[in-house]
Amino acid sequence: MITPQIAIFLVLAAVTVAGAVSLIVQRHPIHSALSLIVVMVALAGLYLLQGAEFVAAVQIIVYAGAIMVLFIFVIMLLNAGEEERSNLSRMARFVGVPLGVVFLAEVAFWIGRATSHLGSAPPEAVSTRDLSTLLFREYVFPFELTSFLILIALLGALVLARREESD
Amino acid sequence: MVPTSYYLVLSAVLFGLGVIAFIFKRNILTVFMSIELMLNAVNLAFVSFSRLLGQLQGQVFVFFVIVVAAAEAAVGLAIIILIHRNRKTLDVENVDSLKD
Amino acid sequence: MNELAAQHPLLTIVLPKVVILLFVLLTALAYLTWFERKVVAHIQARWGPYRVGPHGLLQPLADGVKFLFKEDVTPAAADKFAYFLAPFLALSLAITSIAVIPFGPSGITIFGQPTPTGITNLNIGLLILFAITSMGVYGVALAGWSSNSKYPLLGGLRSSAQMISYELALTMSVVGVILMAGTFNLSEIVGSQQGFHWGFIPRWNVIGGPAPQILGFLLFFTSAVAETNRAPFDLAEAESELVAGFHTEYASFKFAMFFMAEYASMITVSCLATILFFGGWLSPFPQTPLFAWTHFIPAAAFALSGLALIIHGVRYLTVFGRIVLPVLGIALCSLGILCGQPGVIDFIQGPFWFLLKVAVFLFIYVWVRGTLPRFRYDQLMNFGWKLLLPLSILNVVITSLLIVLTQR
Repeated sequence: MITPQIAIFLVLAAVTVAGAVSLIVQRHPIHSALSLIVVMVALAGLYLLQGAEFVAAVQIIVYAGAIMVLFIFVIMLLNAGEEERSNLSRMARFVGVPLGVVFLAEVAFWIGRATSHLGSAPPEAVSTRDLSTLLFREYVFPFELTSFLILIALLGALVLARREESD
Repeated sequence: MVPTSYYLVLSAVLFGLGVIAFIFKRNILTVFMSIELMLNAVNLAFVSFSRLLGQLQGQVFVFFVIVVAAAEAAVGLAIIILIHRNRKTLDVENVDSLKD
Repeated sequence: MNELAAQHPLLTIVLPKVVILLFVLLTALAYLTWFERKVVAHIQARWGPYRVGPHGLLQPLADGVKFLFKEDVTPAAADKFAYFLAPFLALSLAITSIAVIPFGPSGITIFGQPTPTGITNLNIGLLILFAITSMGVYGVALAGWSSNSKYPLLGGLRSSAQMISYELALTMSVVGVILMAGTFNLSEIVGSQQGFHWGFIPRWNVIGGPAPQILGFLLFFTSAVAETNRAPFDLAEAESELVAGFHTEYASFKFAMFFMAEYASMITVSCLATILFFGGWLSPFPQTPLFAWTHFIPAAAFALSGLALIIHGVRYLTVFGRIVLPVLGIALCSLGILCGQPGVIDFIQGPFWFLLKVAVFLFIYVWVRGTLPRFRYDQLMNFGWKLLLPLSILNVVITSLLIVLTQR
């Protein structure tokens, strides 16, 4: 029974998994970074499908639009080249990788089995007002702490990456 | 309506792929990106449960995860720049001077 | 037709809207380049394009044909995937952002189905626009890096650093408007600007409400000019600096795509400035019976400009101009008469005022380009981080104070 929602979910899930596999398979770090951006945008689509519209927008603005830009800047500045071919032994390539895939599939299958009783919930759009009420009333202390965390990270990154003044 | 278990299976698969990338890749930037992939998989699980249980705490926690990921990415990339400046390499296998 | 529309709204209503809007947008892009060249030329006391068609009106067509037929040179050592992805990403993101902009009041019906004026009416429309803007950095960064050459790399890095710096001031300067309207929905933001102070001053966000957003508007427009890499912030792509910045190694059609992406983001930013600060589609005249004659302003404007074009066109220099210009004038006159008909006159009010305000902002964009000198890169970064960002935070603080004080 493929409803339009399940069809959209399957398409987005396929894009996400393809992006994650591409992250592993690509040799140049910038192609891995582009694959990760694809994964993040597809995940934002999945959040939208569940009705979490503000979280989806924040995911694109902050995660895909700022953090990944930071990654891409560092890759460009450090002029990261292609990775050398890892010399996987024959055992690893013909037995290890298929076994790894089988193991991952098995874990996925059992998680699906164990949670199938949860059912589904209709996606209502969550209003930003409710979310912000929760964030600024009950969770205001962690919110202020994260602002301190960002300040510390900013100062730390500045101090660490600063060029040494040569004496 | 998409059953919640579909989202959880997707989250598990993404997390597993992130772990595989973390173990097998040699470029330190790709290893760092696999950490971000794992964090995203966890965010998906948070949002799915928040939708299932009808509570918004899950989405609030997604914010905190995103903020912490941003701070961690900033400091981690600064450290990577320092490693490159001192060792002239971006290969995880080459940073092994503490090995015997 | 109505039953077909009720059953398949996507096919019969949304798809034609998308096609029409895309067509109108691409034509507007092409003629925006003509407009810019003419205005900058007149600022510099010269004529601008004059010979390709009457008054240079066929110049965009000639440019398009030139871009299509030029040889497409690709650098040998370029990263193929990123090299082809960058212009495509820039253009598709810039054009997608038109989808969430409302051109008129919602609640019109096409084929019996109520539908928004514009393609969609999202509850988080403003956030989606910011998301698209923040993804636009990738077009520039990837273009600079993938060309595998030092001038594009430097230009691309500088340009993307500039874009992410001014993105902060851009989003913060809008927070005042969001606080006053209480929603991210663009239609509702315009709706909250209805009404008139003392009967004749419109309650647009820039001069009305509990906290007039003049500072917010200035900050928004300045950071938007910097965000779209336009003069005076166009150091990274200007002709006399850094060869041509991040699009040095791009030929023919891919270069045209970057060009079009820049003009499309200009149009988007102008639309956003009208919606957020200047009342969108609301007329500057009160809607009382005393001012009912203002409903005929669109019709009068079209008819008068059509007449002027006819009178000028019959005495034009070339034969081609003497045919084309009066035909255009007659088309404008008939459009004016059409806008005066009772069925159309209510429908045309909103989009007319919206497009007029957008045209004013596009003129200001081009005016600023022709007048101000360019910023140096360190001055540019200082300006963004040390002046605009603290001012936008100050704007948020003052706006929230004023809102709290006037609501108790």
